[in-house]
Amino acid sequence: MNLIAQLPVLPIVVPIIAAPITLLLPPGRAPHLWASLFSWLTFAACIALFMQVSANGPISYELGDWAPPIGIEYYVDLANALVLLLVSGIAAVVFPFAYRSVQLEIDERQTPLFYGALLICMTGLLGVTITGDAFNVFVFLEISSLSGYALIAMGARRDRRALTAAFNYLVMGTIGATFFVIGIGLLYQATGTLNMADLAQRLIGQDNRMISAGFAFILVGMGLKLAMFPLHLWLPNAYTYAPSAVTAFMAATATKVAVYVIIRFIFSVFNFDFAFIGAAFTYVLLPLGLAGMFVASLVALFQEDVKRMLAYSSVAQIGYMLLGLSFATVEGLTATLVHVFNHALMKGALFMAVACVVLRAGSHSIHAFAGLSKRMPVTTWAFIISGLSLIGVPLTVGFISKWYLLQAAFEAGHWYAGFLIVASSLIALAYVGRVAEVMLLREPAEEGKYAMPKEEAPLSMLIPMWVLVAANIYFGVRTDLTGGIATRAAEALMAMAGGAP
Amino acid sequence: MDDWLTFILERYNYWIVIMLMMTGLYIVFARGNLVKKIVGLNIFQTSVFIYYITIGKIADGTAPIYMGGELDGGHHGPEEGEAAGHGAEAAGHGAAEAGDALHAKIDNSALDHGNELKDALKHAPAGEGSEASLHELPEAGGKIANNMGDHLAKTPAEAASGFDMNGASDAAHDAAQAASHGAADAAHGAIDAIVYSNPLPHVLILTAIVVGVATTAVGLALAVRIREAYGTIEEDELETADEIAEFGHNAGAATEAGAGA
Repeated sequence: MNLIAQLPVLPIVVPIIAAPITLLLPPGRAPHLWASLFSWLTFAACIALFMQVSANGPISYELGDWAPPIGIEYYVDLANALVLLLVSGIAAVVFPFAYRSVQLEIDERQTPLFYGALLICMTGLLGVTITGDAFNVFVFLEISSLSGYALIAMGARRDRRALTAAFNYLVMGTIGATFFVIGIGLLYQATGTLNMADLAQRLIGQDNRMISAGFAFILVGMGLKLAMFPLHLWLPNAYTYAPSAVTAFMAATATKVAVYVIIRFIFSVFNFDFAFIGAAFTYVLLPLGLAGMFVASLVALFQEDVKRMLAYSSVAQIGYMLLGLSFATVEGLTATLVHVFNHALMKGALFMAVACVVLRAGSHSIHAFAGLSKRMPVTTWAFIISGLSLIGVPLTVGFISKWYLLQAAFEAGHWYAGFLIVASSLIALAYVGRVAEVMLLREPAEEGKYAMPKEEAPLSMLIPMWVLVAANIYFGVRTDLTGGIATRAAEALMAMAGGAP
Repeated sequence: MDDWLTFILERYNYWIVIMLMMTGLYIVFARGNLVKKIVGLNIFQTSVFIYYITIGKIADGTAPIYMGGELDGGHHGPEEGEAAGHGAEAAGHGAAEAGDALHAKIDNSALDHGNELKDALKHAPAGEGSEASLHELPEAGGKIANNMGDHLAKTPAEAASGFDMNGASDAAHDAAQAASHGAADAAHGAIDAIVYSNPLPHVLILTAIVVGVATTAVGLALAVRIREAYGTIEEDELETADEIAEFGHNAGAATEAGAGA
């Protein structure tokens, strides 16, 4: 058995075996070290996989030697190799980061369960990304979602509203997943296959109402999972009340993976010959993307809670991703992929900074950020740099995203969308600026609820956070890395869908 | 009148699916009680289970339990893969169309070698049951072909007379002989061939049921924890309690929430 030949399955098998073992470890430090170790191993496997795909082209892995379309296939091309790298990379940074934050926010007896669930959640997200089997997507999606509900509910130790948030997420997430299954069922009924490549083959020429209904179910189901603008209601509460480390991990990965699934289905399973794909772009993704950008940004502006503000900002950022997708061009798709990657970097860093503040101040209300630059300067600057990235200031990844998006908007002839992108970035400037003003210019509270010691967050949190902040700058300067890969991935996807180059 | 009645009655399983789906979704949205929401969610998911079971049904098919005999053998090699492909393609087309194709093929090949009939049978798996055409599985193509071959082998005379052939009864008899030979070849001597329902959707939905049970368990566990934390599982009371906790007013429900906490 050659380990390299088994490489595509390692990112799934390694953490899924490690997860139940976590439960057997004594509470405290051990589960954390164990989970971190395996997040790094998974990250290493994903890097190796990415290198291989980047050099040799797509890899198909037959699970249990059952040849597709009968067997389950893992199919890795550049697009999902990038998302795999992203998910495992964020995990590799957030897991080590989590220790002190979790120590404060989670009952110590629950730590084996917590890290076990975190590993399962990561496995599920990686599985959704890597699989080439449509039903497998559902299974992995629910693996990650179920552990996600449990992880969010663990925030109840600090705030009982985490429970209702998790419950609402569970109800909406389950409806979304079930819609997705209905869609898959319709496609299966029409074609008799579940393998994505095979589905694409057999769907050719079958433009009937059953296929359109299948697509609609999949789009709405995934729309719920990725918090597409009017379906986002579960997200703000879930992200606000979840434990800080969970928020940092899920905000950076969960919705991105759902965006990837939509991309995969639109471009690899369906294609542009279907009239409803064009209609979905024009009448669903474009208007909802634009609406999300503005409504969610405006709502974010008026939040008293920084975590909730960032959660609404996530909904707005998903609007950008959908907008890029809706242009149906290589440039648009590149912009979406770049933004999927970049947004994970900035939101990960921002939520980690909030976790540091929660650790010292015990709150994520904006009042806790007053005068933070005098108390925790390192954290403050991490927040400000990632915040600038969120706005889209040059030399940060956010600028690259916006640049690609603007370029795509103008090339697709949607010049008004270009102006709207800039306008909504100004709203982002306002809400990030508001927090920055509080952090830099206000005097820290000397007494009362938000008073806190003049103490920086521990190094175990600062180092991972600054790794992400550095990534924000590095990938903002070395634009050829993400941009180049995303362009290649977008071209490959576009070729699959048979769209105009 | 009769037409649309048959149309409705023949698809009773789909009506069940639609009714359950709408009922379930309505309960999820309309009920404020968290446990009732979970119940609604379960009804909603059940509709999807039934839908998948419906997909798996093949006309005259029995439970997909292997009974031994005719399933192994040479023709389950690469050609079956092809037959499977055709089966799946046929699924998209109307049953009548497929039936016509079968007729035409048999017309042409009846006087020919049995092998061709075998192909014809394999390539038109939807001829036998109109329901089957929509519920095709890759492997099922070959099996249905087997079954039809069996059908022909058992009743050569009737089968032959059923086809639109211009020859005399002798010719028909010969054709039927040829047909039965071909069919016998195709079916691998399958005198007691069995048509199985498509097991794959059932397997899929078993997975989905496991996921559904897990979701229900997590949901109910959350409901229990919510009751511990708030003292209620009614949505509006929960909202009131949160508002009081955050803003300190809404006096109406203050005592209740206080008792709960």
